[in-house]
Amino acid sequence: MNLNMNSMESLVAQIQGLSGSIADVNQLHSLLKQSEDLFHSELARLAPLLTELDPSIHSLGYLYILEACTSAPISKEQANELVLSVARFINLCAAEQIRLAPDKFISVCKRFKDQVMLLEDPMRGVAPMLTALRKLQLSSEHLTTLHPDFLLLCLLGKCYKTGLSILEDDIFEVDQPRDFFLYCYYGGMICIGQKKFSKALELLHNVVTAPMSILNSIAVEAYKKYILVSLIHLGQFSISFPKYTSSVAQRNLKNFSQPYLDLVNSYGTGKISELETCVLANNEKFEFDKNLGLVKQVVSSMYKRNIQRLTQTYLTLSLQDIANTVQLHSAKEAEMHVLQMIQDGEIYATINQKDGMVRFLEDPEQYKSCEMIERIDSSIQRIMMLSRKLTDMDELLSCDPLYLAKAGRERQRFDFDDFDTVPSKFTI
Amino acid sequence: MEAEDEATGQMIEEEEIYVNGGGDGDESKRHRPIISGEQLDIEAYAALYTGRTKISRLLFIAEKCGNASMQLDALRMAYDEIKKGENTQLFREVVAKIDGRLGPNYGPDSTWADAVDRRAELRKEKLENELNAYRTNLIKESIRMGYNDFGDFYFVHGQLGDAFKNYVRTRDYCTTSKHIVHMCMNAILVSIEMGQFTHVTSYVSKAEQSQDALDPVAIAKLRCAAGLALLEGKKYKLAARKFLETGPELGNNYTEVIAPQDVATYGGLCALASFDRAELKSKVIDNVNFRNFLELVPEIRELINDFYTSHYASCLEYLGNLKANLLLDIHLHDHVETLYEQIRNKALIQYTHPFVSVDLHMMANAFNTSVSSLEKELEALITNNQIQARIDSHNKILYARHADQRNATFQRVLQTGSEFDREVRAMLLRANLIKHEFNLKASRKH
Repeated sequence: MNLNMNSMESLVAQIQGLSGSIADVNQLHSLLKQSEDLFHSELARLAPLLTELDPSIHSLGYLYILEACTSAPISKEQANELVLSVARFINLCAAEQIRLAPDKFISVCKRFKDQVMLLEDPMRGVAPMLTALRKLQLSSEHLTTLHPDFLLLCLLGKCYKTGLSILEDDIFEVDQPRDFFLYCYYGGMICIGQKKFSKALELLHNVVTAPMSILNSIAVEAYKKYILVSLIHLGQFSISFPKYTSSVAQRNLKNFSQPYLDLVNSYGTGKISELETCVLANNEKFEFDKNLGLVKQVVSSMYKRNIQRLTQTYLTLSLQDIANTVQLHSAKEAEMHVLQMIQDGEIYATINQKDGMVRFLEDPEQYKSCEMIERIDSSIQRIMMLSRKLTDMDELLSCDPLYLAKAGRERQRFDFDDFDTVPSKFTI
Repeated sequence: MEAEDEATGQMIEEEEIYVNGGGDGDESKRHRPIISGEQLDIEAYAALYTGRTKISRLLFIAEKCGNASMQLDALRMAYDEIKKGENTQLFREVVAKIDGRLGPNYGPDSTWADAVDRRAELRKEKLENELNAYRTNLIKESIRMGYNDFGDFYFVHGQLGDAFKNYVRTRDYCTTSKHIVHMCMNAILVSIEMGQFTHVTSYVSKAEQSQDALDPVAIAKLRCAAGLALLEGKKYKLAARKFLETGPELGNNYTEVIAPQDVATYGGLCALASFDRAELKSKVIDNVNFRNFLELVPEIRELINDFYTSHYASCLEYLGNLKANLLLDIHLHDHVETLYEQIRNKALIQYTHPFVSVDLHMMANAFNTSVSSLEKELEALITNNQIQARIDSHNKILYARHADQRNATFQRVLQTGSEFDREVRAMLLRANLIKHEFNLKASRKH
């Protein structure tokens, strides 16, 4: 007992001593790993030790002790305290040190998230989680395990804007497929909340078409939302999958989302009445899936779609005629719709209130302005960057011994002459 | 094609403008009485056909016309016709349909029917004995004849399925290509009567394989049969081609299936609905062969010419007048609506094509319709991207719309760019996921 006591104190001393240079920290790290069992046997005495350490300097040691502390079951009163201390640690800790023990850091953060949820105050967790996530990731292209947790907190705390900030990063590196699925699914929901439908569509598309060997319910739910968002944003939905979609998804997803596919069919007819009957018929299922709000948006998007179609056909049209063609109840209602759409830049038109006529105009964009040139230029730059990335990756893959072994094995089966050392094409 | 169009355009220009302007004075001068606008003359119609199709056509008319006196006329003629043959089953059906409305002369003549049935029974027995004898002797040609006789027997007695089976059975015993053609012809005839048009197509192609045994009449017959099959399959353009290829040798040689008048009607309407102007000119109007057919049905000839010279009102009037009778045609009735719609749409498209702006009032006049319904039709066509124009609903003018190439290009470029961007990113991600999974599997293995 006494020995333990002493070793604990000596450990603290070592933490304090070995938190300077990188070599020292590495030495400390192996030391800490050895004494992990010790921490877990001495749970009760750990808390006071923390006060002796400075989280910004002794981050690694602090992390190990904190992790051990949080592993114990705690009461609700303590939870509040814990949340505070973890949040403080996350804010102050040094990124280089905690990256040495990412799993410890992740487990602390996950428990932190659980506690915040237990306290039913998800908003409190949003900012610390964002900091944690930034400190943990090696580059902005890296998807950490904390991403989905952070997005979940954002969703629950309704802090959609904060969530969007990380969704803008392009993600290329993924640790865990499950993280990726959840990240895209939650991200899609946040984008839907912010009405950024094209981004949402992209994220949900990623879930649906991601390689998978067994169907998971994240993909199923994502597919349902994907259908709805596609209808809202594009006004159509193609039932067929892209050919790179995993065969599991292609075979099974449709079976789980029949009401949604019915909705697609009735949307295709362009008739509000049919769409509404379909919605009514499947109301319970939509409600059960918590997609009723989106379904309602689908219905209202149809009015817009129909009005937009009129702009293709007519130069001028009376409000009454618009109301008749798109099955609105009155000219007044039609006027509101048109007005809203002009405001949102979805159509170009002027309303002449005197004789109740709407004059549809062509898109005024002439593609001559400096902004447009800049936009095109930035787009070109981006695409060049992506192309470079693609080539890099292709090269990297061509040198990957694992890949070469596999590709070589498969080639030989067909024809020995075909075998060349550099794979000519790699399609995904 | 452009040049040619312009030349003809110039020729008719004067009249054209007049008609577009709704010149009614001219209209009356050109207006000829339209013969087949009247009620169908069933007697004349029935005289065009022979054999079973005559009866089926009469019965079809009786069923569809919805006019008691016409119905009874048709039934009476069918009754007379059936009595010449031996199909007692059909006879009983017709008698039931007449239901005594035509007096005692058209009652259920059971003595006749029983006599025919008895004779049929005897004949069938005889045929069976003969066929058995042939089969034991193993003489190919005789067996073929035996089956063929059986086919004929069943066909006459209205058992089409059995007739078809027997005709097809002769195939194994065919020794010359002439026999094969004969077998195919029989099979086609029965299939058309049964309404099995997939069989028709396959036997037509089978018959066409033995080129050497085909005389011009047979070729013409095959073209007609193929045309009918395609028409039934709603492939109007291909059907039109087949009918247009039909040689004048057809004459009255295929009246058990189709009359030359029908070739003109079917071919003309299908061509009108599916061909573009150049094709219409080269393949229909300048087609010497087909002109012979068209002479038989002057209305069709007139309306095709009217369509080509842009006298749409007159063309549509002809069509309107013909409609009631076409609906009574056993092969065409299902397709009349679709064909008419397509012809009308084409007329609308052609009308608007040369103009920058069109006054809807004038256009409505030219098409003999109201402005509002015309607007609806145009709207549908614009939505389907068949007319590039926009409607000024306030002033009732249609403006042609010339897409701005430059803007469209910019738009497309930006769109393609963002699509590419998105797809490459998604692809990189997927690649990473696959790689991850692969590494995982590999590490598990080791």
